[in-house]
Amino acid sequence: MKNPYRTQNIAFFFLFLATLLIVIPVGLIVAIIIQKGLPAINWQFLSDIPRQGMRAGGIFPAIVGTIYLVTGAIIFALPIGLLSAIYLSEYSKDNLLTRLIKLAIVNLAGVPSVVYGLFGLVLFVVFLKFGASILSGSLTLGIMILPVIITTSREALESVPQSFREVSLSLGASKWQTIRHIVIPNAIPGILTGTILGLGRAAGETAPILFTVAAFYLPRLPDSIFDQAMALPYHLYVISTQVPNVDEKIRYGTAFVLLALVLFMNLVAIIIRYKFRKKKKW
Amino acid sequence: MVKFDIKDLNIWFGPVHALKQVSMEIQANEILSVIGPSNSGKTTFLRMLNRLNDLNQNFRMSGVVKLERKDIKNIDTELLRKRVGMVFALPLPLPLSVFDNVAYGVRMHGRKTKKILQDRVEESLKEAYLWEEVKDRLNESAFKLSGGQQQRLCIARTLAVEPEVILFDEPCSGLDPISTAKVEDAMVKLKQKYTIVLVTNNVKQAARVGDRTAFFLGGELIELDKTDKIFTAPQDKRTDGYIRGKFG
Amino acid sequence: MRKLKELIIEKLILICGLASIFFVALIFLFLLKEGLTLFKTVSPFKFLFGKSWYPISEPAQLGILPLILGSLLVTIGAAIISIPIGVGCAIYIAEIAPLKIKETLKAGIELLAAIPSVVLGFIGMVTLVPLVKTVFHLPTGLTALSGSIMLAFMAMPTIVSIAEDALYSVPKTYKEGALALGATHWQTIWRVMLPAASSGILAAVMLGIGRVIGETMAVMMITGNAAVIPNSILAPVRTLTATIAAEMGEAVVGSEHYFALFAIGIVLFVISFAINVTADLFLHKRQQ
Repeated sequence: MKNPYRTQNIAFFFLFLATLLIVIPVGLIVAIIIQKGLPAINWQFLSDIPRQGMRAGGIFPAIVGTIYLVTGAIIFALPIGLLSAIYLSEYSKDNLLTRLIKLAIVNLAGVPSVVYGLFGLVLFVVFLKFGASILSGSLTLGIMILPVIITTSREALESVPQSFREVSLSLGASKWQTIRHIVIPNAIPGILTGTILGLGRAAGETAPILFTVAAFYLPRLPDSIFDQAMALPYHLYVISTQVPNVDEKIRYGTAFVLLALVLFMNLVAIIIRYKFRKKKKW
Repeated sequence: MVKFDIKDLNIWFGPVHALKQVSMEIQANEILSVIGPSNSGKTTFLRMLNRLNDLNQNFRMSGVVKLERKDIKNIDTELLRKRVGMVFALPLPLPLSVFDNVAYGVRMHGRKTKKILQDRVEESLKEAYLWEEVKDRLNESAFKLSGGQQQRLCIARTLAVEPEVILFDEPCSGLDPISTAKVEDAMVKLKQKYTIVLVTNNVKQAARVGDRTAFFLGGELIELDKTDKIFTAPQDKRTDGYIRGKFG
Repeated sequence: MRKLKELIIEKLILICGLASIFFVALIFLFLLKEGLTLFKTVSPFKFLFGKSWYPISEPAQLGILPLILGSLLVTIGAAIISIPIGVGCAIYIAEIAPLKIKETLKAGIELLAAIPSVVLGFIGMVTLVPLVKTVFHLPTGLTALSGSIMLAFMAMPTIVSIAEDALYSVPKTYKEGALALGATHWQTIWRVMLPAASSGILAAVMLGIGRVIGETMAVMMITGNAAVIPNSILAPVRTLTATIAAEMGEAVVGSEHYFALFAIGIVLFVISFAINVTADLFLHKRQQ
């Protein structure tokens, strides 16, 4: 007869192996980029414009462009996303409409990023005549990160105990007063987490900005939201595949800066969530 | 004077018929105790009086509830809840400081000067017999108070919006005997100014503080009478059985 | 006055509540508006099953079968790699790992999910592609296989986190019941936990695959971009997404090529819609 404990040991070994097969490559990826990218980082690399057809110089315009894009995306997505989350958590009833909204959010999260690019191109660039601009790119990214913000904010709002709402209402506060003074203040860490995750997502995406904003090579800073801009992820794509003979150091350096930016935001989000869990008062 | 006049009240939550054909009057400045086993409809009855049941999506009702001869459906909900305050089963301080907990309701009903707020907070805390214990801790988180203190804080918070009626939903269920005694003392004194409806699982508590006592069973009002009458000579044998602890 | 202000705010909240529906509809409508124009000149059948994609030849040949097969090949490869590893890792995290390791692993998975796809593409280019080239003695390492491996890493975070959730939400009593009857931990996982969590795990797998099909940058950078019907997993391929990303920059707005790229967008939208709706149904089934 088969020994069940031997079977168990074999099975657990394979499960552990599967885990290693994810963890080790992740560690390697991060390690390689740090090891090869970090030496490329210096003040000049971060603050200079790209030179000699992007084969020398720095990545300053790409950093600035990404900051502009991400800021624009969040200015657009945060108010809509937060209000939408408030609707779902505080106002929606258990009916078909709510079901449809939730389904729409799931789908919005699943739409391939390059399709967002197409959509941004036809709606913002062509139809609304914003041209390839920071405005078009920000709006496209904003719609893309909407589901992230809605989902995390909604979870945060719903985790505020129902009893707080009842207490506030029982004191004669209106529904909006209750949301404004009790529900939102207690959900802020969660909302912040969602916002930062959305920021990270927007900062790392390339496909949605390909046709809506990204400049191949623009060695200056954008002057207005109707201007094109360089962006870190697109810049990395360009110098890795489109421009021959770029020094490896510049590629790794760019990858490092992008990865550091995105991981930093995620780290901040994780820390906020962790601290909040510890401090939770109820 | 009649404070609440309730006629043929029926309440359903989805398919569940939670309250059946209840009619009664609640007098001003009395303490009405409401007793009965769990799921007898007594909390549903209480939450009807300030329309907290409305928060449940499946809530339906028929019949009329009048507050001073006016149907509560025709009173602005926020105003109704200001006039009819509620203290919940568990101490439920808001995640704010002691001061802000008491001031919360007052602030929601319009801007007040700092002086008015301070006076109102002090007055309410004194009425709830908590002032002496917390007067130096007003800026601490309300969660730092003991359970009994928290519950009196909740009473003070309700008093601060100057209600006419206070609903108590098993207010001592989580408290030790000493804290319970303090809350009961507060209730008896509050009767001078307010009408009190007290839902309780504790039959002895009903006997101690209630002027009149109502007994609910299975969503029906079985009996309502002066407290000493209910406890010495109940008309219905189910009331008698419950009071003697045969079920519940 | 306060009442009026609150009324306005509440209307605003309702409008924003509908924003997601509005945007999904808007995306679909604009894709249709541009994409359907193509079918005035090219039949849908020829578009979907045409064997050659030569968008800039005269006359242009706009058959996306090679692209569909390219996407399919890369996706199947990624699924074969990511499903066993992802589900295995989910089981390990949910059932076996000690609490501290569990938290670290989860953070690691989140880390992986956060790495931008262009960075993964870059890393694939500089590490994986040369490796595939030497191991299989190929003229180029830019192959469907390289794409599959890299995409597997993008699917895994989705699969792991949703499958882990599904396992976690199996009622404790099931597990305790089985253990009390003398089953080993592994027997309990295999006979009780996995069947009980099956619809959630299925949803996890579907959403992971959805992520793979929609992935753009990494595939474009490492699959070689040859728009021909692939004959082997070691051959270069081009996916639906990469085609849009690579060619939209050059397509003239309003040209047949431009409309064809939007028509590909419709295909991608419909696929992702179908996957997400089905996965959502599975997730709901679990909750009931």
